[in-house]
Amino acid sequence: MEEQPQDEKKSQSRRQSLETREAQDRRRTLSQTPSVTGPTDVSARGSRGSLGAPPSRGSPGLPLSQKSSGAPGSQGSLGAPGEEATEGKPMESVPQMGSQSLHHLVGFVPSDVSMPETYAPMGGSQFGPYQPMDMSSDTFQPEPLLSSSSYLEEDEGSHGPYTIDDPLFRGSYMEPSFGPLDYELPEPEPRELMIQNAKAYLLKTSVKCDLSLYEHLVNLLTKILNERPEDPLAILESMNRTVQQDWFHKKLDTLRDDPEMQPTYEMAEKQKILFLRGAGEGEQEMEEEMTEIPVPNIIESAFYFEQAGVGLNSDETFRIFLSLKQLVEQQPVQKCRFWGKILGLQRNYLVAEVEFREGEEEEEEEEAEELVEGAGEGMEGRGEEEGEEDEEKDVDEPPKPTWKPPPVIPREDSRTGANKYLYFVCNEPGRPWTKLPHVTPAQIVNARKIKKFFTGHLDTPIVSYPPFPGTEASYLRAQIARISAGTQISPLGFYQFGEEEGDEEEEGGAGRDSYEENPDFEGIPVAELVDSLANWVHHTQHILPQGRCTWVNPNQKSEEEEELGEEGEKADELEEVEQEIGPPLLTPLSEDAEILQLAPWTARLSCPLCPQYSVAMIRSNLWPGAYAYAIGRKFENIYIGWGHKYSQENFNPTLPPAVQTEYVIGPETMEMADPTVEEEQALKAAQEQALAAAEEEEEDEEDEEDEDADD
Amino acid sequence: MDSESLLLSLELASGSGQGLSPDRRASLLTSLLLVKRDYRYERVLFWGRILGLVADYYIAQGLGEDQLGERKSLYSLNCMEWSLLPPATEEMAAQTAVVKGRFMGDPSHEYEHIEMQRMTEGDRTYEDEVVIQIKEESRLVSVIDQIDKAVAIIPRGALFKTPFGPVHVNRTFEGLTLADSKKLSSYFHFVEPVELKNKSLLEKADLDPSLDFMDSLEHDIPKGSWSIQMERGNALVVLRSLLWPGLTFYHAPRTKNHGYIYVGTGEKNIDLPFML
Repeated sequence: MEEQPQDEKKSQSRRQSLETREAQDRRRTLSQTPSVTGPTDVSARGSRGSLGAPPSRGSPGLPLSQKSSGAPGSQGSLGAPGEEATEGKPMESVPQMGSQSLHHLVGFVPSDVSMPETYAPMGGSQFGPYQPMDMSSDTFQPEPLLSSSSYLEEDEGSHGPYTIDDPLFRGSYMEPSFGPLDYELPEPEPRELMIQNAKAYLLKTSVKCDLSLYEHLVNLLTKILNERPEDPLAILESMNRTVQQDWFHKKLDTLRDDPEMQPTYEMAEKQKILFLRGAGEGEQEMEEEMTEIPVPNIIESAFYFEQAGVGLNSDETFRIFLSLKQLVEQQPVQKCRFWGKILGLQRNYLVAEVEFREGEEEEEEEEAEELVEGAGEGMEGRGEEEGEEDEEKDVDEPPKPTWKPPPVIPREDSRTGANKYLYFVCNEPGRPWTKLPHVTPAQIVNARKIKKFFTGHLDTPIVSYPPFPGTEASYLRAQIARISAGTQISPLGFYQFGEEEGDEEEEGGAGRDSYEENPDFEGIPVAELVDSLANWVHHTQHILPQGRCTWVNPNQKSEEEEELGEEGEKADELEEVEQEIGPPLLTPLSEDAEILQLAPWTARLSCPLCPQYSVAMIRSNLWPGAYAYAIGRKFENIYIGWGHKYSQENFNPTLPPAVQTEYVIGPETMEMADPTVEEEQALKAAQEQALAAAEEEEEDEEDEEDEDADD
Repeated sequence: MDSESLLLSLELASGSGQGLSPDRRASLLTSLLLVKRDYRYERVLFWGRILGLVADYYIAQGLGEDQLGERKSLYSLNCMEWSLLPPATEEMAAQTAVVKGRFMGDPSHEYEHIEMQRMTEGDRTYEDEVVIQIKEESRLVSVIDQIDKAVAIIPRGALFKTPFGPVHVNRTFEGLTLADSKKLSSYFHFVEPVELKNKSLLEKADLDPSLDFMDSLEHDIPKGSWSIQMERGNALVVLRSLLWPGLTFYHAPRTKNHGYIYVGTGEKNIDLPFML
């Protein structure tokens, strides 16, 4: 509110400075007595607030177009206690109003308390038209309460000639108490009327809200002056918008919580639990922790991966570390490793690879199997009842299909092959870990045929063709199995085969499936690791096309069924199934198949600028997102990605099978056209010819015989 | 991401797993500063990294006064020496559309593409195999251009258009609110708008011409090609493109930090409709 009138004042005062000077000169002579009362008021007001403000305002000097010569002097005098200022120079102070208004613009201190100080020497009047909108508040927010009428009313007690020579007041209903001065006040000019009208119009409040344009402009200018941005004209519109928003979106109370931030706070609470150590910790527990907890040192791995430019940032890694620690405390874990992160559409998965202690896990397995068997028996019981009913009916039954589903390949036992490790997943550190079920070969086979993004919720159904047997949890597990089988690598020599090896023949040609750490491993120099892929080996078993790591003949079980069931039919359908062989364990990477002339692995030094300290980093081109590093005796694998294989060609989904034939196509079932008349006649003619030819031959033979007989 | 806030941006974008090693970061900080001085750019953005088989390309882009104006792309193999790339043209795009597979990492590598062309000699017309050589540099240029046109995004309000035409960075942008940051309509493509003109007048009436002058992500085809996630418990919103996997956009709501980076193989994910 203060600014606007001062702007006007400034322009007006420039125009009218000449006029005012004359008026001031006249007043000078008459204003001696009233000025006596002035100082008292001044001192009263001077005791409030800062007298120091005026000096500061005085100093910005007067690069202003005030033509009054006494201005510098009187500016200085304003700094002095008001008494001296008012004496003898109230008229000087009038033009000072103009300059002070400019000062306010230039060196404004947003404390409204000092405002009235400047008006104190104006004598007599309570507050000038520059009355601050809110005396008490510290902010510069003008209140919509005060309008142009308010300050006009307050001036009723003032004496006419001692009020500020504000053109706005000319023509107001303020009565000058000194009659003879009336004629000296200029008549209200049309121009001032225009100004008053303009100001009244600006102060009109908007229909939509309580804000008027006037106040908004004041807010805007105040904000600009407070913040002093570099190029205010360029960002004027943005500031305009911001000021409007600020007016309408005030900050919430400190008593109420921000509703938007609620989930953030909840998450932070959950993560806080991670950071707190459990209750009742003693020194003993500390020692235990140091020795026994099998939590992997992922912070160290994260450091090495970071050298290679891979991995999550350090505070996320630390949170993952803490949640792994939580997992280890909750489950009977013997070995644990951070497998990686799989990105999803709505949420991501953090995967931990875990090996349970002996015996722990099998109890759960048995329970699950019993449940399944129990369900199976229930089904069979029901089937028998149905069979009895059918026998009674006996006659009108549709033909039973002879198609039998292909035998289900049994899944591998725990701790072997693809189910060697157990996997736990969680969405974010701080959330509980969920165990993924073991993977079945059918799931792996199907997972190879489809390509779907993960959503982040484990119970999402997978809608695809061929239909995937399971929910997202099984698909996730299958992909984890495939990725592990394809990309878990280690430097050559880190793992070696155990000394007790069974014969290869006994295991059905599957090769060795166990390995152990080589205590004598000394590490391969980083340069060699990068140069030759033969220095790295796979240490997980390859998954065969069947979906398992060890091959199982699916027809073995069918032989048992043969004994129980009918004979004859099955024998025809028994196919010769070839044993599937995959590359044996610990195969070097150089043997990996190429992807269309593309090397399947890329090996790099992490930092070419300092090769002596860098780490050998290798990344897979077949499974983008799989990385491994090795340095000295340390190595680690990690996967961070979407969980899909790379293929140069587009993904072609499996087509649905052709429509099955309903019946055998042959002459019995085919409709044949009846022979036409011509064809029949032709056939008849041909037959007669053949008969005739046969008779002639007979006659010839008889003739010959007769001739022979005659001789 | 802005080269000025490089370190913070890399931290925020690291949720996708790909980042930069410390030596690269250090070299980027130095070299991008020099690039800005030498080429007299207003802003230098670190665009990202394209993984090749032999080497990786590091890409940076320089912008002039007008944020939507011409963008110059530079590439480097070691984050220190930058070379200017030629601007993308339509013929380049058409030519390089036939090249498939990974980038080699060697800018002078040439792809061979065999095409059957009709040649006329006198009266005879016959088809002949013509081997066309396509340079990897052109492929790089067109891939960067495609990615920019398709998936470079910016939150609503970060840029504003002045009445004279040029687009400026909005200094009073305080960030999106939490509710807005989960909606696709709060993000715009950072290119000249294509669909905006096709909007009906009714829709245009609600738009603010100084802020809504670019296409929003709402009508991207295929629907669902963006994955919006909140990380760090709602303190960071991350958008990942599924059409060009590797593009990560991050924004911390209620703050000014936003940016995008592409770290990937430079291949479009054409299987997207099957994967959704």
